[in-house]
Amino acid sequence: MAQPLVKKDDDHDDELEYSPFMGIEKGAVLQEARVFNDPQVDPRRCSQVITKLLYLLNQGESFTKVEATEVFFSVTKLFQSKDTGLRRMVYLIIKELSPSSDEVIIVTSSLMKDMNSKIDMYRANAIRVLCRIIDGTLLTQIERYLKQAIVDKNPVVSSAALVSGLHLLKTNPEIVKRWSNEVQEGIQSRSALVQFHALALLHQIRQNDRLAVSKLVGSLTRGSVRSPLAQCLLIRYTSQVIRDMANHGQSGERPFYEFLESCLRHKAEMVILEAARAITELDGVTSRELTPAITVLQLFLSSPRPVLRFAAVRTLNKVAMTHPMAVTNCNIDMESLISDQNRSIATLAITTLLKTGNESSVERLMKQITNFMSDIADEFKIVVVEAIRSLCVKFPLKYRSLMTFLSNILREEGGFEYKRAIVDSIVTIIRDIPDAKESGLLHLCEFIEDCEFTYLSTQILHFLGIEGPNTSDPSKYIRYIYNRVHLENATVRAAAVSTLAKFGFMVESLKPRITVLLKRCIYDSDDEVRDRATLYLSVLGGDGTVDTDKESKDFLFGSLDVPLVNMETSLKNYEPSEEAFDINSVPKEVKSQPLAEKKAQGKKPTGLGAPPAAPTSGFDGYEKLLSSIPEFTAFGKLFKSSLPVELTEAETEYAVDVVKHIFDSHVVFQYNCTNTIPEQLLERVNVIVDASEAEEFSEVTSKALNSLPYDSPGQAFVVFEKPAGVPAIGKFSNTLTFVVKEVDPSTGEAEDDGVEDEYQLEDLEVVAGDYMVKVGVSNFRNAWDSLDEEDERVDEYGLGQRDSLGEAVKAVIDLLGMQTCEGTETIPLNARSHTCLLSGVYIGNVKVLVRAQFGMDSSKDIAMKLTVRAEDVSVAEAIHEIVASG
Amino acid sequence: MELPPKVKNILLLDSEGKRVAVKYYSDDWPTNSAQEAFEKSVFTKTQKTNARTEVEVTALENNIVVDSFDAVTLLLRSNVDKREALDNLDLIFLSFDEIIDGGIVLETDANVIAGKAGINSTDPNAPLSEQTISQALATAREHLTRSLMK
Repeated sequence: MAQPLVKKDDDHDDELEYSPFMGIEKGAVLQEARVFNDPQVDPRRCSQVITKLLYLLNQGESFTKVEATEVFFSVTKLFQSKDTGLRRMVYLIIKELSPSSDEVIIVTSSLMKDMNSKIDMYRANAIRVLCRIIDGTLLTQIERYLKQAIVDKNPVVSSAALVSGLHLLKTNPEIVKRWSNEVQEGIQSRSALVQFHALALLHQIRQNDRLAVSKLVGSLTRGSVRSPLAQCLLIRYTSQVIRDMANHGQSGERPFYEFLESCLRHKAEMVILEAARAITELDGVTSRELTPAITVLQLFLSSPRPVLRFAAVRTLNKVAMTHPMAVTNCNIDMESLISDQNRSIATLAITTLLKTGNESSVERLMKQITNFMSDIADEFKIVVVEAIRSLCVKFPLKYRSLMTFLSNILREEGGFEYKRAIVDSIVTIIRDIPDAKESGLLHLCEFIEDCEFTYLSTQILHFLGIEGPNTSDPSKYIRYIYNRVHLENATVRAAAVSTLAKFGFMVESLKPRITVLLKRCIYDSDDEVRDRATLYLSVLGGDGTVDTDKESKDFLFGSLDVPLVNMETSLKNYEPSEEAFDINSVPKEVKSQPLAEKKAQGKKPTGLGAPPAAPTSGFDGYEKLLSSIPEFTAFGKLFKSSLPVELTEAETEYAVDVVKHIFDSHVVFQYNCTNTIPEQLLERVNVIVDASEAEEFSEVTSKALNSLPYDSPGQAFVVFEKPAGVPAIGKFSNTLTFVVKEVDPSTGEAEDDGVEDEYQLEDLEVVAGDYMVKVGVSNFRNAWDSLDEEDERVDEYGLGQRDSLGEAVKAVIDLLGMQTCEGTETIPLNARSHTCLLSGVYIGNVKVLVRAQFGMDSSKDIAMKLTVRAEDVSVAEAIHEIVASG
Repeated sequence: MELPPKVKNILLLDSEGKRVAVKYYSDDWPTNSAQEAFEKSVFTKTQKTNARTEVEVTALENNIVVDSFDAVTLLLRSNVDKREALDNLDLIFLSFDEIIDGGIVLETDANVIAGKAGINSTDPNAPLSEQTISQALATAREHLTRSLMK
């Protein structure tokens, strides 16, 4: 090559010296490429230059249009050489350069000549190159040769033509479809790969013809396929046919199951795996059908080949999500995989075991995982931590060993995300299992003694302040908290001061000591820390700044009851004056956020990451908002709040949406209004509701909004009474009434006189779904089995034509207002059948579970079989009524 | 709809994770820097595995990475080091071309691949002898796992 290298025997240190491409430069190589134009072609030299060009492209270098064209033209000259090695390189570089259509003309004749060459290798490669670079018109010219090539006696040529057909099908389907007969012949080929490529192409050609695919599968499953790869394809196509047939209501014995089952005894491992996977993925697979597949997968778990172990454990891991009981037989083999050298296999094994393990095996499992945790990457550890969190919720009695495990790994090295996952898990366990609280809090205390993450330290301190004072011996936490004041950065010190104050306030006996500690903090170097300490000292000292215990308590523990965004806006608008800033002037309603923000919020983790601070949307926020209004306190406990329903079009003068709050015998409509006109001030904003189409409802009271300035949302309320515990439904029409006052935009002052006006809003409905609360279950199957089968109600519904199955599924979920379980809300693209699992609590606190099976036929008509189980059979019937009337 | 199984890319990296030869067949990594980032993550993830004697497999996000040296080992006469690989880069490019065409598996037998790529100018027809089914069976296993990538 360019720099002939003398091989050094003694040292390998000087890596650079060994690269034949050291210091290679595009300009120089392009210069070298002129050698292609020499009248006497030197094949060896030219091959080397092409390799260099390929090397440059491969390293991410790009050629300009001019450079590429120049290289392409000179490369075409090399066709005159008879050297086969060089010809191969020429084919390669042409494909890499991807010439434009006007340039292609230059090489087509050479390539067509090669396509008819006696040398097989030329034929095969010329086909692949040509099919890569030509367009439709040229394709018709060479179609004849391609059809010949498909049935060529040399399998390499045949495969080249078939694979090219697969690529061309995307751009020129109508041409490729004409090759069916030749392709069909290819399926009978003695060559395994030709059979594989032919089957793939024939299926692609016929993919939109359900009947043809079904026929193809029907004839091939009778056993003419020899290639294992082709057999794997056939298994996939068979699964597709099975799904289609199920959607067309063909019931009875599952067609082709016997074929899949027979493939489990095939001699090629890949076929066995493919068949096992296909069986486990059958819709509504029964345990009788599953058993043989699980058995072969279990055998692969102890295979010496990592690839087989991986494939088997991956499939079993998926099965464990839906049929954990079916996989328990493999638990022993699975446990031995925990120590597998391959970490992907080990992690899959562990997460499977965490799903299938029973209560008695938890401790043994934890012991094994402990040994394994130290040498896997953080991302795997997070998977394990999350699995353990759900295990703990599932088996609360086992919290001790799980908590020990979590506290142990908390002490080990790890990145922020990993540590946060552990802390979140501990917090969840503390919240869910009261017995775990004291030990959990101590583990967190020990963690902050040596925690490098400010965020986690402050979050834990906050959590300690809320939970710590209510424990049997709050004083033992003080040391950990006060240590922070000595040892940490200002942010953590400030958080520690707040936490100390909470202890001082809640635990009378600690108050004097806390006061001493806080006094030391007023000399802190950071002003925030000093300010907080001074403030809290005054609260604790009761020196008259605050009057009552209640106020101090609200101050220390109450969360900010206005959204931070609104607070920020109001503070920015506040101009220093005689009048103090009034927090009550801050609007409490959250403006509807842009979609992106909502999404970002949706990703927030639970546990510590979701502090209970000041949401005014969401259930807690609504509950707080409603309980702050005296008229509503007598209604009892809030059962459910709906999502906001828009009552105005986007971009109108006044934007109004409504939230329906359901109480046992009342319904409160919360109208969120926004004035989008800068020149107007609205006053006495009220909503007049006509409930003539809602017979069971009678209006009790309404609460107008006194003032609605520009771009500052506010709420009006209307309250209806309804029969207690009854899921009454009805339709309400709404009119917004108000007084408009002109505002001078320059001064911001409103005129004294206003004009009464009204604005028609869209209708609002209270539907049955409003009486259903989304409550998930951790294990649907267990929950399902725990409800009495006697009380099950089944019925079938025709849902009419829909664009997709997903649309129908979503409509039913929305109608019922229930929580989807086990990820069944996601529907595979182009699926023709789907089973959706739903759970919820119906008004009257009745647990309801629904299993909805959907199927779609070729005319996109959708049918649904709905199976409902509820703690109260009348509720199961009510669910059917909802669907029947929806 | 079932599409034929597709390979997303094929990578040959050196002992430091640097690119020796790569070929991408999907648009998942549209830019060179995206490709380099992917190669780096594959490398960090797999550097501890030893695929010299046995095909190894790693799950990486939603992709499955299969390590295999078969064909390259045969080409370079069991002497896979960077120098050797770079000296024979033309053969490596050719073998990539023989293994996969636009993402579709073209050939699975390491011997056949090495034979077709290692072709020399005096013997044009010899390496194209028809492979036997048993040969294909012998090395098809790793490609099964590749095909799982979809």
